[in-house]
Amino acid sequence: MDLRPLLPEVTIGLLALGLLVLDLVVTPEDKRLVGWTAIAGLAVALLPSAVVVGGGHRYLAIYDTYAVDPFAGFFKIVAIVSAILVIAAAMEFFRDHPTAHEGDIYVLIVFMVLGLAAMAAAADLIVLFLAIEWVSLISYVLAGSLKADRKSSEAGVKYFFYGAAASAVMLYGFTYLYGAAGSTNIYMLGGRLATAQPAFLVVAVVLILAGFGFKISAVPFHQWTPDVYEGAPTPIVAFLSVASKAAGFAALVRVLYVALPPGAWVGIVAALAAISMTLGNLLALSQTNIKRMLAYSSIAHAGYMLIGVVAVSAVPGVLGSGMSALLFYLPAYVFTNVGAFTVAIAVARATGTDAIAGYAGLSRRSPFAATAMGAFMLALTGIPPTALFWGKVFLFGAAIQTGFLWLAIVGILNTVVSLYYYVGVIRAMWQMPLPADAAPAAGAPAVTAPIETPLLRGVLAVTTAGALLPGFFPDTLVRLAQAASLLLKP
Amino acid sequence: MSGLLSLVLWIPVAGMIALLAAPREQVRTIRIVALAVTLADFLASVWAAAAFDFSRAGTFQLGEQAPWIPSLGVTYHLAVDGLSLPLVLLTTLLTVLCVIYSWRVDLRPKEYMILFLLLETGMLGVFLALDFFLFYVFWEVSLIPMYFIIGIWGGPRRVYAAIKFFLYTLVGSLAMLLAILIVYFHSSPRTFDMVALFQQKPLAADLHLGILAFWGFFLGFAIKVPMFPFHTWLPDAHVEAPTAGSVLLAAVLLKLGTYGFVRIVLPLLPNAFHALAWMVAVLATIAAVYGALVAMAQTDLKKLVAYSSVNHMGYVMLGVAAAAAAEGQPALRNAAVIALNGATMQMLAHGVITGALFFLVGVIYDYRAHTRGVNDFGGLWERLPVYTGLTMLAMLASLGLPGLMGFVAEFSIFLGAYQIYPGLTVVALTGVVITVAFFLWTIYRIFWGPPNARWAGLPDLDGREAWTLAPLTALMIAIGVYPAPLVGAINAAMLGILNLVR
Repeated sequence: MDLRPLLPEVTIGLLALGLLVLDLVVTPEDKRLVGWTAIAGLAVALLPSAVVVGGGHRYLAIYDTYAVDPFAGFFKIVAIVSAILVIAAAMEFFRDHPTAHEGDIYVLIVFMVLGLAAMAAAADLIVLFLAIEWVSLISYVLAGSLKADRKSSEAGVKYFFYGAAASAVMLYGFTYLYGAAGSTNIYMLGGRLATAQPAFLVVAVVLILAGFGFKISAVPFHQWTPDVYEGAPTPIVAFLSVASKAAGFAALVRVLYVALPPGAWVGIVAALAAISMTLGNLLALSQTNIKRMLAYSSIAHAGYMLIGVVAVSAVPGVLGSGMSALLFYLPAYVFTNVGAFTVAIAVARATGTDAIAGYAGLSRRSPFAATAMGAFMLALTGIPPTALFWGKVFLFGAAIQTGFLWLAIVGILNTVVSLYYYVGVIRAMWQMPLPADAAPAAGAPAVTAPIETPLLRGVLAVTTAGALLPGFFPDTLVRLAQAASLLLKP
Repeated sequence: MSGLLSLVLWIPVAGMIALLAAPREQVRTIRIVALAVTLADFLASVWAAAAFDFSRAGTFQLGEQAPWIPSLGVTYHLAVDGLSLPLVLLTTLLTVLCVIYSWRVDLRPKEYMILFLLLETGMLGVFLALDFFLFYVFWEVSLIPMYFIIGIWGGPRRVYAAIKFFLYTLVGSLAMLLAILIVYFHSSPRTFDMVALFQQKPLAADLHLGILAFWGFFLGFAIKVPMFPFHTWLPDAHVEAPTAGSVLLAAVLLKLGTYGFVRIVLPLLPNAFHALAWMVAVLATIAAVYGALVAMAQTDLKKLVAYSSVNHMGYVMLGVAAAAAAEGQPALRNAAVIALNGATMQMLAHGVITGALFFLVGVIYDYRAHTRGVNDFGGLWERLPVYTGLTMLAMLASLGLPGLMGFVAEFSIFLGAYQIYPGLTVVALTGVVITVAFFLWTIYRIFWGPPNARWAGLPDLDGREAWTLAPLTALMIAIGVYPAPLVGAINAAMLGILNLVR
């Protein structure tokens, strides 16, 4: 068997195994060494992934169960970059939340990247299901990894129960497809399902969407999101909110685009998009905890991104093709959202709280973190010149181009709603004074020390650049998204 | 010289970056740098005006075009004509004056100046851009600094006013974004270049789609103008904004809306605008009369000026709507040109006059009386003769006294619009009568009457304030007395736009 196309996976797998051993030998004080090694190893794994995107080859490997195409390679890069950023932020986070399992957490993150890569590339329903379960099981453990913290444990358990149920329903949906087509291979399904009973397919789609909806946290499979986001360790939440969501979209797009006729799912997914945007944004309005707010924001963004799934277009141009729009949006969202969570980590370090009220006066205390957070909030709203602005333009453009003007209008109304709560954070940072206990007492030195450590500062610099630069010069990312939208078609 | 407009556009950003690096304790240095940057930008814009060939003011000049996002066909395309050049000059001049006026702002001076410079680039970009995406990006960029300026340096209700301003304008700009995309998807070959789209008129064949796109642009621009009934953000934003913020808001940001109607909607969607011109005209007339009536009822001087802006922008929109309604009727072409000339003149006149009025309100409120209640004053002319003279001049200019800048503008609007919408014009004229009444009444209440002993110790204008107001006063008189060169340039530009309409 030729393992060369699987070089990214092999690299990541070997890295994870090596880290397991390394974790055994380093002393508890030196667990950061595991983290740094993980970052270095993942950076190495970027290279073969980039080759897959650039190569433009599209074929099935490993007995037709695993797709090698730029699309999958692109999502491998997304997963790896998210993991690198998150591990860096996590190393600071675990300084304040000492745990005996710090090394294990880095190892698990790397293992999870392997699962995410497999989700993006799976060409067989069985492989896909295994990949999703692999990722899910690790997510549950990571969410509950602060064992001393009851909220973290609660998050892990809640996540597990929701996830187990969603997976079961999705697996049930897969059996429908198998029953109709007599194959579990996604590429075989494509030809055979074209003649299947539409009503039958709709049932299958609804069942399958339960599993994917859970992974991308789309309404009505979103209920776990706020509780898990609030309770789980912040860097883990950052990872789940971008990497897990991205891989969920990758698998969703491959299954829907390749295996199922559009008539069976476009209407349903369009409805999910509209409901997710609207409900996510409306519920976010009243949140007072930054992590819960970002949870609802993440639900809303799943809705925006679903527009990209709905807008199937034969035209490959980035303006008009939902897929290219989605692929532009995702990396922009990775940098923006991880950046926002990184600021949340920094603020929680200094104030000990995740309340948005704790951001009061941040622009005085830490102008860099506040400016970065301001940029992330405006980016999440979709204000130019940020990368997510273009992402939204492309998504709405694709909707208009494919006859879903109403979806674009829903998206725009939602954008206006979302401004209110995103600006709430900006308002706290700039328009509210430092709280009295943090303000300098008479004679005492002023609280001017920045709240972010050099490492967090580095993560913030990278994420800010990632969230803003494609806003000024979108061309590179546009071309990348276009190249990556080469999905292996039957 | 090519690159001149880029210079005008980017000097403030360069200054902003310099200020970012400046230590926040060096307040004086920060102010001097800000002043130097805005002055340099003003001089650059004057240089651009000198390079501009006024005999061909109807064509785009000093153009620059470079690829920006080649994969989308979005270009960095700048140029000016007789419509945008005066607005660019107005912007750069007023920003200088705002920096001079804001010399005494002690709260976070570094951020304050940075935001004003960013705002300047945003506003200039809107006037200079000839690519839809470039236009849109600058349109939004001008929004964010104003949010912070109101939200941090504003009055007691600044939090509410700032978010209201942001939300309202975002609704409009997103609607405009949809319209831009609709236009793009129907263009062939697909392009975002405004000049190419004006010639293509992609939606001319499909009136329904044209009207859909029109509503998108209409929402975007009408909220900015603001037209009745979208004006409710304006009094809040104006009253809460710091003085320099109010000045730029009134003098330049509102013009972005009317500029959009003249520059984009008129040549791009002539059929749709023609079909709905009656609605725009009715709303404009309501704004003119209603704005004046509400202004009359105000006792807060800043609110009074804010509502008078609603009234004045109503005149502008009446002129624009009249020009749109005259489309396709050669007999009315002259009237359309006159109305449009008046509308553009009124944009400039309102910028100069209302800018001055907000400065004048700030002079009495920020550093002297700390009240803006019209009824709290009385007999001020004895204490503050220079201040009284300048305020009276600005108010008289605002009510349209012949010989001052506002008269030329309003006269042209009504002269042109009367031939197209006689009934509405007559109704709108009552707005002028009311405006005269409330400004005279205000002058009476503040400056004449029995002197209020409370204000016995107030000093007259100091040097910095005088410097802020002198250029605006000079412009009001000079253009009022001799408007011909400006009108000539505008006239050529309007002919150019109406040629595109046909």
